[in-house]
Amino acid sequence: MRLKFFLYIFFSFVLIHSQNVESRELSIKQLEERKKLDLERKKRIEKRGKKTFQKEITITTEIVFLSKEREVPAVLSNLDPILDDEGFYGVKLAIEDNLTTGRFLGHDYKVQFYRVLLEENLEAEFEKLLKDGKKYFVVDLNEDELLSLMKIPGIDDVLVFNTRAKNDSLRNENCKENFFHIPPSYSILSDALTQYLVKKKWKKWFLVTGPKKNDQMYSTALKNSAKKFNVKIKEEKIWDFSADLRRTAGKEVPIFTKGSKYDVLIVADEAGEFGEYLAYRTWDPRPIAGTQGLKPNSWHRTHEQWGATQMQNRFRRESGRWMTEVDYHSWTAVRAIGESVTRTNSNDVNEVQKYLLSEKFGLGAYKGVKVSFRSWNGQLRQPVLLAAPRSMVSVSPQDGYIHPVSELDTLGKDQPESSCKF
Amino acid sequence: MKNFLIIAILFFTFSKTKANLAYITNEKDNTVSVIDINKKKVVKTVKVGQRPRGIIMSKDGKLVLICVSDDDRVEVRDAETMKLKYYLPSGPDPELFILSPEDDTLYIANEDDAMVTVVDMVDKMIVDDIPVGVEPEGMGLTGNGKILVNTSETTNMAHFIDTETLEITENVLVDARPRVAMFTPDDKEVWISAEIGGTVKVISPDSKEVTHTIGFEIPGVNEESIQPVGVRHTKDGKYTFIALGPANRIAVVDSKTKKVIKYLLVGQRVWQLAFTPDQKTLLSTNGVSNDVSIINVNKLKVEKSVKVGRFPWGVVISPN
Repeated sequence: MRLKFFLYIFFSFVLIHSQNVESRELSIKQLEERKKLDLERKKRIEKRGKKTFQKEITITTEIVFLSKEREVPAVLSNLDPILDDEGFYGVKLAIEDNLTTGRFLGHDYKVQFYRVLLEENLEAEFEKLLKDGKKYFVVDLNEDELLSLMKIPGIDDVLVFNTRAKNDSLRNENCKENFFHIPPSYSILSDALTQYLVKKKWKKWFLVTGPKKNDQMYSTALKNSAKKFNVKIKEEKIWDFSADLRRTAGKEVPIFTKGSKYDVLIVADEAGEFGEYLAYRTWDPRPIAGTQGLKPNSWHRTHEQWGATQMQNRFRRESGRWMTEVDYHSWTAVRAIGESVTRTNSNDVNEVQKYLLSEKFGLGAYKGVKVSFRSWNGQLRQPVLLAAPRSMVSVSPQDGYIHPVSELDTLGKDQPESSCKF
Repeated sequence: MKNFLIIAILFFTFSKTKANLAYITNEKDNTVSVIDINKKKVVKTVKVGQRPRGIIMSKDGKLVLICVSDDDRVEVRDAETMKLKYYLPSGPDPELFILSPEDDTLYIANEDDAMVTVVDMVDKMIVDDIPVGVEPEGMGLTGNGKILVNTSETTNMAHFIDTETLEITENVLVDARPRVAMFTPDDKEVWISAEIGGTVKVISPDSKEVTHTIGFEIPGVNEESIQPVGVRHTKDGKYTFIALGPANRIAVVDSKTKKVIKYLLVGQRVWQLAFTPDQKTLLSTNGVSNDVSIINVNKLKVEKSVKVGRFPWGVVISPN
């Protein structure tokens, strides 16, 4: 087995790790103090010999978290650290949540963390795990990698939860019944943003798209949203300058953005290769939205409503950093598995899959309304947070967009538009 | 002797006309607003610790207890002057709590920790922690103080705790994000509101089985914004009031038939409720519109809304 056994739930590691992280906000100190108190209390309780409620274990569910080592991209900004542990703490917290519920019901959960190294072959490693009889996979992989997993023999007998790829193709022409998609698709994100901009009456756009494939996917979704909500794209440009903008943005951007009259500059640049340099440099004074400026997200550090504060605190206490979208998706995936096992009292793949896709399934995920799966393509139905870097601006769907089933289905491709049929 | 009599009479008349006071925690302002219910206005605003949420009073009405969540402790204040008397320890992030019938034990749900903390009110010390589900919140106690019910928001359970042994006796699965547990005056039922599930489950404390599930339907209000939180029963066993969060309404439910009689339109995101001692008036905290609605219980009508601080969360009304 050339798979590197990445990490098991390993408390001491977590402790050492969190102490090494430099605090970014004052209150992290408070969180650390809480953690110390927690440990002291736990010790006290152990000393007293008080037993926690534990029903006899009847069901054990094993979950695999799989991620892939990636080449470190050239750093454009040294504000945010590059993370190589995205997803890990999300899974860890969710497993703890599942275990707490499980204690009362006699359900046990086990998780194994695997990381496929650069020189290793993903399909080959995945096949080994299938042969090992693993059934539940939470994966941090991109579109192409997910597509390659779909071709592996025996994949139909397991459940796969996508925690990273937002590509619409995975939810439409390339969909698969046993693949669940936690991240909002590009269409969902672009609709969420568009609903808000329409509400603001910012209906004339200048669209700038980055050079990467996913930027073009996002851009296509934005164009579809514009059509859907009657927004005019006044000008559309591709950003293909390879030059590093750090010193020259002041000269380049005004000329690049000169031209048509528009209300808002929309950017599709996921990697942040140029988008960050557009603000305050455009020819006309205009706000920026899309992958920079006002950004649609599934999770954001400014999110504090509906109990999100508790989640943010627990996550930061555990990891010493802010929760990312992939962390949130991983948490949601593992909780979704746990919720189904809890309610069906079974860890049979077929039963869990059926329950997840049924109307009965609903999960509290700190979004104010329950999240559930679209039965026709396995996409998680969820509100989208529209956030500026330091403030929450709005949450979509916006008021007034109504739908016969769920207002959440006003975002992204609805059942009649979807090319996915199970 | 004469003087004493006069003072006594004066005192008597004074206490007779003593204001009916409501105390409201403003989560985002770190303040408590004191409302004179007869005058229907805020008479005092008091600075308290960080992120005040749950608020209760001692049975004699002398003490106000406030969960100051971000300070990880409980403030005990003099009800009349609102001056801080002392702190009580709690676990991290206390949210809701309940006092035993004799006011000698305080049970606190610590949201950031999967624990119910038991505090001795005399020694002012933590005597025990009871491990429960993730994000414990709702706390209900029977009239005799023997059964404590705690709800856990992420585990989606009602935990029945024997207050003598401080051990869990049973765990009942309820709908998503249970917020409040409230026993009926006869202790034969405990009602559990589920915010995300959009339901209220009625559980029999004897059989520990769910006997009723109450759902809500309001024309023109989408199902997702119906999020039950606060639950209060009238002592006569007639009505149960249920605050429905962002549906901006309080449901009036027939406590016996479990049927919804009426929806009262109040402020935005209504969460917690409290009765005046005579149960003629009900107050609700409306978090998003930053006000408190005053409801006439006999007429089932909203009479007035009173502006308070930012994000009013909890409410308690003086028992005397």
